[in-house]
Amino acid sequence: MTQSAPRFAVVGGGLAGLMTVIKIAERGHPVDVFSVVPVKRSHSVCAQGGINAAVNIKGENDSPEIHFYDTVKGGDFLAHQPLCKGMAYAAPGLVYLLDRMGVPFSRTPEGNLDFRRFGGTLHHRTAFAGASTGQQLLYALDEQVRRYEVEGLVRKHEGFEFLGPVLAGPGGPCVGLVALDLKTMEITAHRFDAVVMATGGPGLVFGRSTNSMINTGSAASSCYQAGVKYANGEFIQIHPTAIPGEDKLRLMSESARGEGGRVWVPRKKGDTRDPREIPEEERWYFLEEKYPRFGNLVPRDIGAREIYDVCVNKGMGIGGQMMVYLDLTHKPREFLDHRLGAILEIYEKFAGDDPRTVPMKIFPAVHYSMGGLWVDYERTADGFIDGDSPKNHMTNIPGLYAAGECEYQYHGANRLGANALLSCIYSGTLAGPAAVNYASGLERLANDLAEGPYERERLRWERRFDEIRRMDGPENAHKLHRELGELMIENMTIVRHNDALRRTDARLQELMERWHRIGAADTAGWTNQELPFINQLWNMLELARVMTLGALARDESRGAHYKPEFPERNDEEWLKTTIAEWTPDGPKLSYEEVDTSLVKPVARKYD
Amino acid sequence: MSQEVHLRIRRQDAPDSQPYWQDFRVPRKKGMNIISCLQEIARNPVDAAGRKVSPPVWDCSCLEEVCGACTMVINGTPRQSCSTLVDNLPEGTITLEPVAKFPVVRDLVVDRSAMFRALRDVRAWLPIDGTHDLGPGPRRAPGDVDEAYVFSRCMTCGCCMEACPNYDANDYEQFIGPAPLAQAYYFSKHPTGAMNQDERLEAVMGANGITGCGNAQNCVEVCPKEIPLTEAFARLNRQANRKWLADILGR
Ligand SMILES: Cc1cc2nc3c(=O)[nH]c(=O)nc-3n(C[C@H](O)[C@H](O)[C@H](O)COP(=O)(O)OP(=O)(O)OC[C@H]3O[C@@H](n4cnc5c(N)ncnc54)[C@H](O)[C@@H]3O)c2cc1C
Ligand code: SF4
Ligand code: SF4
Ligand code: FES
Repeated sequence: MTQSAPRFAVVGGGLAGLMTVIKIAERGHPVDVFSVVPVKRSHSVCAQGGINAAVNIKGENDSPEIHFYDTVKGGDFLAHQPLCKGMAYAAPGLVYLLDRMGVPFSRTPEGNLDFRRFGGTLHHRTAFAGASTGQQLLYALDEQVRRYEVEGLVRKHEGFEFLGPVLAGPGGPCVGLVALDLKTMEITAHRFDAVVMATGGPGLVFGRSTNSMINTGSAASSCYQAGVKYANGEFIQIHPTAIPGEDKLRLMSESARGEGGRVWVPRKKGDTRDPREIPEEERWYFLEEKYPRFGNLVPRDIGAREIYDVCVNKGMGIGGQMMVYLDLTHKPREFLDHRLGAILEIYEKFAGDDPRTVPMKIFPAVHYSMGGLWVDYERTADGFIDGDSPKNHMTNIPGLYAAGECEYQYHGANRLGANALLSCIYSGTLAGPAAVNYASGLERLANDLAEGPYERERLRWERRFDEIRRMDGPENAHKLHRELGELMIENMTIVRHNDALRRTDARLQELMERWHRIGAADTAGWTNQELPFINQLWNMLELARVMTLGALARDESRGAHYKPEFPERNDEEWLKTTIAEWTPDGPKLSYEEVDTSLVKPVARKYD
Repeated sequence: MSQEVHLRIRRQDAPDSQPYWQDFRVPRKKGMNIISCLQEIARNPVDAAGRKVSPPVWDCSCLEEVCGACTMVINGTPRQSCSTLVDNLPEGTITLEPVAKFPVVRDLVVDRSAMFRALRDVRAWLPIDGTHDLGPGPRRAPGDVDEAYVFSRCMTCGCCMEACPNYDANDYEQFIGPAPLAQAYYFSKHPTGAMNQDERLEAVMGANGITGCGNAQNCVEVCPKEIPLTEAFARLNRQANRKWLADILGR
């Protein structure tokens, strides 16, 4: 059967995925969305603080150009600049679009969008909907997608896990994907002319993080194992302020500091008094002291390192632990409820104290991956992005695209707060049209291809899952996962040492061996959560090696990557993108030039 | 306080098989929620009698009460298992059951697709002209947005649907349930949505629409996001009456 129209798949229904879907559907093309959870439950709902756009509502002479500069500087000059520029200039229009879609953004008295402050900038640039911005943005896109669903253009496959791409031959092109129905456990191959990955971040590689439980990075890892380059894997953002928890480290958004929250520890080491009884002059506001200009709103890499320094090197953390106060108690209750209600409720529910009256106890946690699948772009002569190019957001495998947190663009070595939601949405506005333009230029569509590669891939994955189901060793997959997380948190977060990184990689290989001795705790053929998890765990281990070896090789300090042995940024040798390619013997590293043609790298200062 | 948490979980292997109960004991930790208990069972899947069992299957994602995935009936009340802390429950056995108004898939996992279907049926979206740059949206009074925001926090968790005596996903033709109705109301609070509220009211006034609500108020009591559902229904009713009147007057 010949079908003349190209077919598109978007894997992932977070902000990046749904924006891609909308852009494809708006051009009149049918599109299939695959997501492990109903798209409305995607991790993007967790985003709290807001989305950046230099609209200059406060008359501070803010502009997209300054936003662009802040983004590049925030990323310690490792980001390709044309995409950052394109994103910063598109931001006001995108926030207006979200507004038109109905996002209940908080308002100024005049009825305009309100903006608050966030880290790494001196401007009020962050639009927000209370403190549940991600939820509100995702719902707005979900609603638009639902409209296309009712029109018959969008077909959702919710509760389906992407297992891997289908390539027509070695190196591509990508002509489809293999998916697992998480309810029936059936594995099927699907034909598509372009596939866009929008599967989010890999927080679970670190066991516990601020991420949702579905953020395993497994889909991206599978693409990497199928031949997609993985870029800058070593750049993992540690958020300075999270709440400890048995199951998850819940975020306390940067917006708490954007709205005036202050970070401090008692000046006296080992002070056991109730924080409310410690007078002002006996509190050490170490960020404000060291960074008079940016204060509590220094970028996250710096904030996390300072907290580490105060708690670990100086031993001044609360109760001798890695913990500091985040204090909002000087702000009026009504103001707090209005601007930060959603996150204060989280603290109240999970930590048990009322942050309106008691300073919060917070500590740094793994939060975001700057690195991800390598994707391309097409720049114009004046340093912007050619929005019509099929190259935008295409991986090194033709027809296979990536958008959102699962790819590596925009944020360089460190992401600025409230730039992720923006980059996710912006990347969707590029990836959708690019996929359409790519597929429109194809001579043969996937539907006309022989069954060969589809059947081969489907059988390969069926065998993989049969093997997993038959695993009957002594190891428990969840315990192994916990060990992986502890290992990565200990060695791959705020401070990195080469000897520890070498040991970490050796331990990772040990864990990979032990993976083969897992016993599948559930062998049922229906809604079995163990089998996919065991598969995901393997993929997490593969990614963990990419991250660790990238960090081991990079002998410098840049953004989130900090080595006391090499405390300075070294542009001469290391102003380059790390590229990892999968081989049976582990990741093969190489490096690529960064496009720094628009802003000259300078020393990165915030004091 | 006991050093262990005792859980009694209602299990079901498949949609058409018989449910059964299984007991588990997990070490008690400060601040632990129901999800951490289930994670602990997954790490060590043996029941209270020491028998090796398959770990119970459940849904979750965000673990901070914003994705709506992890709804269960805990000690008889529908709620989110991520934000239910063990320390806040009375001493003694904790029972976990799948919500009853939706078909069970396996163990604690249920099929809530009827809620998403209902969102399609009430046309829960704003019909924008396109995604190209058309400048800012309509100005909105801060107070209006605050009122609307409350409804936009609905995470489709289904607690309200579970508590509603008139709702049953298997009987969709009877009543589409509280959450989708509240969403139909939410869009009327947006200047663009107000322009085409009539389309949503068509669904709201349909056979399984607002008339299905008996005003029992159970829904509001269980909503984790404290959404004023019944207030929305009262206003929707007024909107519906107005439309009904306008329709018969042939306007
Ligand atoms: C607690 C928290 C707060 C944050 N707050 C902010 C903020 O205020 N501002 C900001 O800019 N950024 C914030 N971020 C970052 C931001 O939320 C994320 O980077 C962003 O939401 C990622 O969106 P995404 O579309 O790339 O992926 P996600 O929203 O993570 O979606 C991934 C999608 O992929 C699907 N998926 C994954 N794997 C598979 C598979 N194998 N098969 C099929 N489907 C799959 C999932 O079901 C999901 O639909 C925050 C992050 C966290 C953790
Ligand atoms: S008020 Fe209506 S919707 Fe709510 S529980 Fe009662 S009958 Fe159900
Ligand atoms: S209205 Fe409340 S209880 Fe009902 S689905 Fe929404 S959030 Fe859940
Ligand atoms: S896991 Fe998201 S609401 Fe509980």
